[in-house]
Amino acid sequence: MSKAVVELPPKGGFNFDLCRRNEMLLKKGASPPSFRKTGTTIVGLIYQEGVILGADTRATAGSIVCDKNCEKIHYMAPNIYCCGAGTAADTEAVTDMVSSQLQLHRYHTSRESRVATALTLLKSHLFNYQGYVQAALVLGGVDVTGPHLHMIYPHGSTDALPFATMGSGSLAAMAVFESKYCEGLNKEEGINLVCEAICAGIFNDLGSGSNVDICVITKGHKEYLRNYRVPNTRAHFSSKEFTFPKKTEVLLTKIVPLREKIEVTEDGDAMEE
Amino acid sequence: MSIFEYNGSALVAMVGKNCFAIASDRRLGVQLQTIATDFQRISKIHDRLFLGLSGLATDAQTLYQRLVFRHKLYQLREERDMKPETFANLVSAILYEKRFGPYFCQPVIAGLGDEDKPFICTMDSIGAKELAKDFVVAGTASESLYGACESMFKEDMEPEELFETVSQALLSSVDRDCLSGWGGHVYVVTPTEVKERILKGRMD
Repeated sequence: MSKAVVELPPKGGFNFDLCRRNEMLLKKGASPPSFRKTGTTIVGLIYQEGVILGADTRATAGSIVCDKNCEKIHYMAPNIYCCGAGTAADTEAVTDMVSSQLQLHRYHTSRESRVATALTLLKSHLFNYQGYVQAALVLGGVDVTGPHLHMIYPHGSTDALPFATMGSGSLAAMAVFESKYCEGLNKEEGINLVCEAICAGIFNDLGSGSNVDICVITKGHKEYLRNYRVPNTRAHFSSKEFTFPKKTEVLLTKIVPLREKIEVTEDGDAMEE
Repeated sequence: MSIFEYNGSALVAMVGKNCFAIASDRRLGVQLQTIATDFQRISKIHDRLFLGLSGLATDAQTLYQRLVFRHKLYQLREERDMKPETFANLVSAILYEKRFGPYFCQPVIAGLGDEDKPFICTMDSIGAKELAKDFVVAGTASESLYGACESMFKEDMEPEELFETVSQALLSSVDRDCLSGWGGHVYVVTPTEVKERILKGRMD
């Protein structure tokens, strides 16, 4: 009797099928590729009316800058945003996953999401994978219980603070916060302070760079200021543009016209009975 | 030796005015020995969406087959082609699923989205998307490609000028990389046609 084994599609989560082969390749001397990291400076602070989050916009692969304007402030819920540092794929995947879980939870409970819910979902996922999912996050939001700001480390531990910094540029940004932060800042002072802290990271840390993104969250309202400050515009434009008068040598050209999309109209003749 | 340097590859995609270009080299090697000079790295998913896969060739082929499978299922269910943004999310999810035992591939996705707006995107081997508005690069020649594209790129190029720019950037970058080259393969896609051209380059 032949056994018909139908392979079921995977039910989500991680798939470890290629691990054995990759181990074998590693033993034979093929080193694994470097993943895209967001070197980063990410900060958050609590001000009079809510929370302000800030991040730089550089993504690196080894020592090469692969993205000069990436987004590190991820949407979690209408009143909660999360900045991510560490391996880019991990921060994106984990924030996307928890954002979906929060949406389902909102449908289930018919209530606005709470920051503590997002915090617990993130920290339990990260602890589950014992730090192998390398995402260091700054989570901030305003819910019914007030403004909250948390730091989440890759191994799953968390801190609740009035101001927080993470990433390779965290020391530069923390220096700015420690000297200039005080309670009860107004919106303009808060934004300026966050901007200054991120700029300290951009100019002094090599893993951070490009522009400053800011997100201001208050009760019932949020403002996502993408590229709030652009301190590093390209200054070295050459007046002589590249032109290629001697054309590239082509061996073969194949032109495929794309099919036109046919519009189907309704006023055809009705079928005869 | 990095696993990415086993076969060697160079891929670049660039945005123009209502069009895009995606180009690759043609070498397939086993470390320093060349075994093919007509290897196809760029594949068509549907008329307005192209996928280039750099890195380990065996993983590129397997990943391509899986993606074509998923796209065909999508076409059956939804009775239409996948949008480039959706496809990029699909590739990212498939790569992240193998986070702890990844495919050694870096995809470059290029397509025309709604209202013929060009879309390009690249990812690292575990699915971290990089959406760029100008150009994306991948492969062993990526460092040279970054430099060449950064200086040669201009906004809103017409298809012919875009072809010249992409070809020059690709050929000059692979000339500085031992593991890629042996000609070039360029696709320039506009809303009305797809022009596929094979370039003559240094065969060393």
